[in-house]
Amino acid sequence: MTKPIATGQTILVVGGGISGMTAALEAAECGRQVVLVEREPALGGRTGRLYRYFPKMCHPTCGLEINLRRLKGNPNVQVLTMAEVVGIEGRRGDYRARIRIRPRYVNERCTACGDCARAVDAEVPNAHNYGLDRVRGVYLPHPMAYPQRYVIDPSLVGSADAGKAKAACRYDAIDLDMREETIELHIGAVVWATGWKPYDATLIHPYGYGRFPNVVTSVEFERLADPAGPTAGRLLRPSDGREAKDIAFIQCAGSRDENHLRHCSRICCMASLKQTRYVREAWGDDAKSTIYYIDLRVIDRFEDFYQSVRKDPAVRFVKSKPARIAQDAATGNPVIHGVDTEGYHRYAATHDLVVLAIGMEPEANGLALPDDVVRDSSGFIEGSADGGQIGAGSSASPLDVNRSVQSATAAALRAIKVIHQTAAAES
Amino acid sequence: MADNKYAAYLCAGCGLGDAFDLGQTEKIALKEGKMHVVRRHDFLCSAAGVQTIRDDIEREGVTHVLVAACSRRAKTEAFRFPAVAMARANLREGVLWVVAEGSAHDEVRQEMADDYVRMGCAELKKMKLPAGNPDAATNRRILVVGGGMSGLTAAIEAADTGYDVVVVERQGALGGWAQRIWKRTPFRAPYAEPQDTGIVDLVDRVTAHPRIRVHLDATVAETAGAPGRFKVKIARESGGVTEEEVGAIVQATGFSTYDPAKLPALGGGAPHVVDQAGLEALAGAAAGGAIRRADGKAVASVVFVQCAGQRDDTGTHLPYCSGHCCATSIKQAMYFKDANPDVDTVVLYTDLRIPGMGEDFYRSAQRKGVTFTKGTVSRVESAGDACRVTFRDLILDEEAVVDADLVVLATGQVPNSGVDIDLPDDDATKAQQVSILNLNYRQGKDLPHLRHGFSDSHFICFPYETRRTGIYAAGPVRRPMDMAQATEDATGAALKAIQALENAALARAAHPRAGDLSYPIVRLEGCTQCKRCTVECPFGAIDEDERRFPVFNESRCRRCGTCMGACPVRVISFENYSVDTVGSQIKAVDMPDEFSEKPRILLLACENDAYPALDMAGMARTGYSAFVRAIPVRCLGSVNTIWITDALNAGYDGVMMMGCRKGDDYQCHFVKGSELAHYRMGKIDDTLKQLGLETERVVTHEVAITDGARVARLIDDYVAQINEIGMSPMKGFG
Repeated sequence: MTKPIATGQTILVVGGGISGMTAALEAAECGRQVVLVEREPALGGRTGRLYRYFPKMCHPTCGLEINLRRLKGNPNVQVLTMAEVVGIEGRRGDYRARIRIRPRYVNERCTACGDCARAVDAEVPNAHNYGLDRVRGVYLPHPMAYPQRYVIDPSLVGSADAGKAKAACRYDAIDLDMREETIELHIGAVVWATGWKPYDATLIHPYGYGRFPNVVTSVEFERLADPAGPTAGRLLRPSDGREAKDIAFIQCAGSRDENHLRHCSRICCMASLKQTRYVREAWGDDAKSTIYYIDLRVIDRFEDFYQSVRKDPAVRFVKSKPARIAQDAATGNPVIHGVDTEGYHRYAATHDLVVLAIGMEPEANGLALPDDVVRDSSGFIEGSADGGQIGAGSSASPLDVNRSVQSATAAALRAIKVIHQTAAAES
Repeated sequence: MADNKYAAYLCAGCGLGDAFDLGQTEKIALKEGKMHVVRRHDFLCSAAGVQTIRDDIEREGVTHVLVAACSRRAKTEAFRFPAVAMARANLREGVLWVVAEGSAHDEVRQEMADDYVRMGCAELKKMKLPAGNPDAATNRRILVVGGGMSGLTAAIEAADTGYDVVVVERQGALGGWAQRIWKRTPFRAPYAEPQDTGIVDLVDRVTAHPRIRVHLDATVAETAGAPGRFKVKIARESGGVTEEEVGAIVQATGFSTYDPAKLPALGGGAPHVVDQAGLEALAGAAAGGAIRRADGKAVASVVFVQCAGQRDDTGTHLPYCSGHCCATSIKQAMYFKDANPDVDTVVLYTDLRIPGMGEDFYRSAQRKGVTFTKGTVSRVESAGDACRVTFRDLILDEEAVVDADLVVLATGQVPNSGVDIDLPDDDATKAQQVSILNLNYRQGKDLPHLRHGFSDSHFICFPYETRRTGIYAAGPVRRPMDMAQATEDATGAALKAIQALENAALARAAHPRAGDLSYPIVRLEGCTQCKRCTVECPFGAIDEDERRFPVFNESRCRRCGTCMGACPVRVISFENYSVDTVGSQIKAVDMPDEFSEKPRILLLACENDAYPALDMAGMARTGYSAFVRAIPVRCLGSVNTIWITDALNAGYDGVMMMGCRKGDDYQCHFVKGSELAHYRMGKIDDTLKQLGLETERVVTHEVAITDGARVARLIDDYVAQINEIGMSPMKGFG
């Protein structure tokens, strides 16, 4: 690969989700040089896997398209995919970043014609759909993937399939000899936009995720609702493919819990309210949604959306943190046990499907960050004390998309400030 | 222009060479398209293919390039030739991947490809490489209106980044609400205790900063101009006006508190009932000691009533939640507990809304002994020397009463957002509103309001995109928010202001067509002063002069082309996008006769959502009719009805338009474009009747970017419908 050009005036943005893309583009559109590093083969991050946004019920890919167009038209941003920052040394205005780049086995000659994918038989879990279905081992991560370039799953390399893919390519775009490499860049400021990951639901034992197929997470439910997802947008339950019409949403799954995530993940209440709309749109008057909640945290202008869902007779609200979920052996139906704290009634409620409104954990949890990067008790990135490294978006705080973009825009200015002050001090 | 040299490059890769007779297409490009150079390459996006084009540009003097290959959305790095005007003919995603395989379809497939090349050539002939507005304005100072936490943050961040800043503050001192509160909610780990606001330090830094000039006791009397060249008249309370020139503006005018006197049932205005601001004053007076009521009594018990006059669905009070009040009440309960743990503090709430790390702050309050009760308050009344609060306890499901020395009403934030310009001029409310910016724009004095009086952006992905370029709202004026969020927001707004003036200086468009150098050029001698462009511009970019001719302010313009679509006499154009660039494409299509059984459908597709959806239909190999001819448009708002009449006159059998969702939850990236297009097309029925055509021959659809499969179905259904209606009787007369 061609090593990007970078200097002490360059801003490194780590993470190519909506926060990272925003930070990179906002800085670039101020005339600054940016290197954007993304771990996955394509940009887009978590929002690229959402079906629709609250409260407008519009499509995340719509904003992604605009951001990609901004990116394609702006030579100030250099993008590295399948790349991870493995070390940063130095100080504000003068860092050396080491970036490890995994082999894609497909080079820039790829035209995205798809001949290679059609040539192979092996399948791998579809990462874009959280592994809910499988794709061929040579794949385009999703229809709007940027770079628009295929990827060969490492498990295929050395197999006959890899050879078939190479033979099918008419453009010499497949290079099975690609090796992992590590490059070093000189940069002036770092924006950490590494985002979030869904909390590991298997750790919430009483809810049976992983043991009961009809208990899914809210991020998986987004894929089930998406026409581009594994069920072509039909709300079908994993155990038997039956239509899921009576759906329970359990709030604070992992959040607000000192045994799991001590923080409130902010987005989950609105996400579940939004998802009741999916149920309503899918099944009309047959739809039934039940939200089990502690507090409905739909702050500021989202209240309008909440009130509109409140008025929907197909949606029921139960103030309760469910105690446990059992599975009816005959039907596979999940049964939720708990106490309704408004009046203290015990209940055992059977549903077709349970959606855990899963909490947001910093994606960087478990990853080594430079020593001077401060994280809070949940692992959210506060940045370095000297201001040279900056947390942005949901890596810095559990934020919704709108607030993540605000945060990333602010981070872009803070990075530019570092670059400006370094240059001013040197001149 | 004698110096123009037009070249078309046909790619034979990705199966295009197998599917099409590109030899025939080459001839079409030469003879009909009148290209000076036509070349075919087996792998055009390869380094060698790209070099061919580059060599022609550098050595042969090619000025205009048509790339007939894949979609304009693909291979953008390879096909990037900033020095020439360029068009793309979409033969891959737009033809090869949508027309069914097999020799039975060879003929229509070839016709479709040939037409796209004809169209590309025709477009190219009418295009110019945008040179950029020569009058670009380069003022790099920033005006910040409002000297509270948001405004001062924007000011210091911009100044520290090397930009000069002018701050205008209505009051006699900087600091805003922040200087009137005792402590702030914590915004850093460990999120356990109220913190110092830091406002004194911030005010000192702003006051001492060599790049910041502050006007106190001052308001904005007039704002004229555009990004890069705003002229702002600043009126001092004592009289006198100063004029400042700035390049961009941050409006951080904050909020007022909802008047508790409007809540008599909750004791608003009664003794021993205060709002949160009132409690801050009491806490400030106590300075860490026992908090005393106005009558001097040390408070031994206090009740906080959350959502007072908020989340109101009766239409009487604020319908929204102000977001910060739960955390603020927790903080205020701590004031009491920290001074004296024996003070009884009760927070009555329905949903305790303290997202994120606020949870730790909540835990801290519980450890300090603050009581949280889920209940809805119906009445607050005097009871002797105390207040009696009647509420429904939602956990015990019963009516309950609690007495307290003091009641704090958590009322909400009301934005200081100036005049609601969308209200009619004779509206009584509007008459009482005081403008903040006093813009001399034709469309009104302030930033348009979104909902509930906030100047927020409607875009989830682009929260700073207000409808007035170069003017950014920051802080609680645009959305209810707490201090931590306001700080973040103001920093982001400062960036947008910097970006706006830097773009203006280079004659570049702001979001979403960032970097676009084209700008609307008007041929005033043809203008009939109808004012449609000045009224319809979604961004208020166009004013009127004394003779009522439009005055374009290029750096306010977002290049959507809505003015071009609106203009009945077609005098507005962009160098690379005009009535001609699209009109000539429409006319370039080879029109089969009415006996051919080959209808032709013109599809004008919004380039932001509908056109990508068409691409994705192709990528998924979701076929659609080969009778359609798609042209991407900047926004449906840029569609001029002449294109429709031209198409019908030329013998097209139907015209489809696809744009973004309109209405309250609009998705149009240019706010009103899609809505305006629907409105204009609603009036096209008369034209159709005059031409003796069925009204079904023009249809408009709202389409989302995810609608790949649906757009294909819409096209096929429409072709079937047209087949039923029959071919256009206009063929051969065009």
